[in-house]
Amino acid sequence: MRANIKIYFSLFRIRFNQNLQYRAVVLGAVVKGFFWALLEVLGYLALYRRAGAFPMELSQTITYVWAFQAFIVLFTVVFGDGEIYSAIRSGAVAYDLVRPVDLYGRWFCQSASNRLSFALVNCFPVLLMGALLPKPYGLTLPGSLRQLILFAVSALLAFGVTVALSMLMYISLFYLISQRGIQMMVRLTTIFLSGGIVPLPFFPEPVLRIVRWLPFAAMQNMPLQIFCGYLSGTDALRGIVFQVIWLSALVLAGRAAMGQAERKVIVNGG
Amino acid sequence: MIEFSGVSKTYRVAKRQAGMGNALKSFFSREYNLVHALRDVSFTIGDGEMVGYIGPNGAGKSTTIKIMCGVLTPDDGACTVNGRIPYRERVAHVRDIGVVFGQRSQLWWDVPVADSFELIRDIYKVKEDRYRKNLSDLSELLNLGDILQTPVRNLSLGQRMRCEIAASLLHDPGVLFLDEPTIGLDAVSKIAVRRFLRRLNEEKGTTILLTTHDMQDIEALTRRVLLIGKGRVLMDGNLAELKKHISSRKTMTAEYRGPAPALREGMELVQSGEGRIVIRFDPSEIPVSEAVTYFAQLTELTDVSVSDITAEEMAAGLYKEYDL
Repeated sequence: MRANIKIYFSLFRIRFNQNLQYRAVVLGAVVKGFFWALLEVLGYLALYRRAGAFPMELSQTITYVWAFQAFIVLFTVVFGDGEIYSAIRSGAVAYDLVRPVDLYGRWFCQSASNRLSFALVNCFPVLLMGALLPKPYGLTLPGSLRQLILFAVSALLAFGVTVALSMLMYISLFYLISQRGIQMMVRLTTIFLSGGIVPLPFFPEPVLRIVRWLPFAAMQNMPLQIFCGYLSGTDALRGIVFQVIWLSALVLAGRAAMGQAERKVIVNGG
Repeated sequence: MIEFSGVSKTYRVAKRQAGMGNALKSFFSREYNLVHALRDVSFTIGDGEMVGYIGPNGAGKSTTIKIMCGVLTPDDGACTVNGRIPYRERVAHVRDIGVVFGQRSQLWWDVPVADSFELIRDIYKVKEDRYRKNLSDLSELLNLGDILQTPVRNLSLGQRMRCEIAASLLHDPGVLFLDEPTIGLDAVSKIAVRRFLRRLNEEKGTTILLTTHDMQDIEALTRRVLLIGKGRVLMDGNLAELKKHISSRKTMTAEYRGPAPALREGMELVQSGEGRIVIRFDPSEIPVSEAVTYFAQLTELTDVSVSDITAEEMAAGLYKEYDL
């Protein structure tokens, strides 16, 4: 187990080194994150100006939007894991299969490293810009250490759930020719149901009654609600337990599916 | 020791006529063809052997290699490598083998080669001093030098292939599988790769199995050749025997000064040009010494060489014989 951790760390390092080569991508993502968040903030400000009952306070919603853009890479299911897609499509997966490492663990780590290495360089500039903007445009940072710790734990779990879901998608590619169809479906479903378009508390009550139990609710929805102060105390803890359950279920399902796929795999291209 | 006994593997391939109408039809219902990549294939390869595996495209060579590596599971039959069943005990098995797939890459595209090597070191848990030693040996033998610091995307194919081979040997595997290791390489790189493989086999006793379409690889490297076609092992023997099987005729190339010599009965003209003649004859009719003397008497010979048919001709002959 200890030695495996070394492998995973090594994978992270090479992924990090590789991603640092792409400076233009990082710059682009930061600029996009900033303007996208600003746009949404302006939209919500206009919305909140009209009288009405809103499920979240204005400052909470604004903070949610900024944090969403800052951490977007961590919680996006359909993300540029180019090597994994092309490994399956072109048959280079043959090389992954001749390594003395279990493929699920290796890809999980590779995919997580890929997101984490981008997020590490992306998130701080966006958070900083969000924090520097004056009220009501800017974000409010968590007020207590307790809230910050709860957020960190929940974010880690949401990150795990995100990668575990994308692993299921990658495994499905062993049975499909192209990834485009499934990517489209997964992207839409996961973004919408995890609170990527509007925060889940904005959903109508009957819809929310179902949506809150889906695995997507265990993604960014949870840490962002803790970050902006909408969830706290026992509610936050209950949310974290909910995330742990989904993470375990998804990893178990993924490992089982991978075992199946490995036995039936056909390597493309000679 | 590698043992294959009665291995069969069948692929199901979707078939469809060209054209939009057929594409639309196949969207709703698909027909499949069964492709028998391997049928009842058996052979044994001993430790320290260097075996060439030849056959036309689609004969089943890569399938065989992938089964031995544990990537594919055969439908029928059994395969063991060093007493292990590769596809059942994949993780334990692959620790002892090295694999080069000539058409794919195991190196990370945008980072220096050395980074990929370090990842491989950690994956195989190679001890640091062992790794240092192997790396320096391999860089010297394969002449890697500066290219270790270069991102893979900036390497030429020959440089990359040398790195791929080094990458698959960092963990001292006892068995090395190479699937078309010289594909697309220039003459210098091919020779470097061949020389390296020969040394590896002689000095470390590494068992090597390689597939190739380049008969010079076979000629330079292997004594034993397995011919596979239509999913079956058609021939298994040493190179000289296989050549004799196709033709025992010798080819003689002579360079001379003066007028062109006339041929004797039993000599077949292959090529003739300014001061150079290539002929073929059967050594049971005309002994080699007699053929050389014959020319030496007629003209002033400046150079002469006698050879068996080339491996290239042998392969063409075999493919024709078995209608591949």
